[in-house]
Amino acid sequence: MHIGRPTAVMFLPASPRYDDRAPREAQGEAGKRVQRTPSDKVVPPPWAHGASSQQAFVRGLVVSGTVPGIVLFFTSFGYGTLARELGFGFGHTIFLTVFLYALPAQVILVDQIARGATVYAAGFAVMLTAVRLLPMTVNIVPLLQAEGRSRLWQVLAVHFVAITSWVEGLSRLPPLPAPLRLPHYCGIGIGMVAATMAGTTAGFVVAGALPPLLAAMLLFMTPLYFLCSMLMTSSRPTDRLAILLGCLLGPPLYLLAPDFDLMLTGLIAGSIAFAIGERKR
Amino acid sequence: MSVLDDGFGGYLVLALICALAHESWRWLGLVLGQGIDADGAVFRWVRAVSSALVAGLCMRLVLFPSGALIAIALEVRLLALAVGLAAFFFVRQTLAVGIGAGAVALLLLDFATKLLMR
Repeated sequence: MHIGRPTAVMFLPASPRYDDRAPREAQGEAGKRVQRTPSDKVVPPPWAHGASSQQAFVRGLVVSGTVPGIVLFFTSFGYGTLARELGFGFGHTIFLTVFLYALPAQVILVDQIARGATVYAAGFAVMLTAVRLLPMTVNIVPLLQAEGRSRLWQVLAVHFVAITSWVEGLSRLPPLPAPLRLPHYCGIGIGMVAATMAGTTAGFVVAGALPPLLAAMLLFMTPLYFLCSMLMTSSRPTDRLAILLGCLLGPPLYLLAPDFDLMLTGLIAGSIAFAIGERKR
Repeated sequence: MSVLDDGFGGYLVLALICALAHESWRWLGLVLGQGIDADGAVFRWVRAVSSALVAGLCMRLVLFPSGALIAIALEVRLLALAVGLAAFFFVRQTLAVGIGAGAVALLLLDFATKLLMR
């Protein structure tokens, strides 16, 4: 496979230019955390020379076969087993995989509905998790400008804003010639959707038939995946503090108010983190 | 299923949630991303709230799990989570390393505790 770059580089966070952090923070933090190869951002991969849109699209599809796609497969596997254990049918389970295409929202939605929450409460919880997609989308849209193409392609492309494909897009799109970026990102997104569909299906099919220890391990990967990918995409102190406080306040709030724990955790821990973070600015 | 029927109605409910509660944020991002800076105070607060919410969900999945994870001791789950996060930070924030280390730690620790218990 000629993806063009070694595996280690694929996990680099976005370049500071397209990062949502303030430039000062980005330089300070990223500098000590990650060694960047300057050439990585400038030199397009070898396949990009004289490539057509179709070729860029196919090269994007192939990205789902690399490590991030495999991780996504296994975490979707966990979602598939969870949804089946909670009593969901396969149609609904895979529908959410395709049309939400964001694992935190999928897990929250099946969890809320299975706990007997109303549609409005479940929808509201999903809405709160989806707010995180807004700044991510704003970040990647400048890379998806394509002259002479229908705006509908962009509407399709932003559907693929979810942690895995977003991180891949931010590191792979900048070196490409501008006209190839939109088709390449659509390829990455469709490949990743296929990976989550495959994982969801596999998880749903073998749920119950899996050795208990293996099933436990797969279910355990989901929260770890969420935490790691949130930490990877939000290196602002405020967001990291919010993650820490959410971890600390979530369990007691669940014991106090099991129906509203997620919203309370978000509002209380998020607001405290925001207040502290703003004072430091 | 309490809310969802298997016919058209169930899918309609899910489709509405997907489009209105979820996809609308991506569409709004598409509009705002055409030039306006979306890094104002409101967005920073909202980001913090949603980060904390998902973090709370993670802890609930680990501390109060459903399904097969119940069979693993609470201490093992917490320790494996710590191992995974530590590995993630030590190896340059690599997703696969963090998740892999956590998953392997869960298996080994569970094996070790059951061995000691006997």
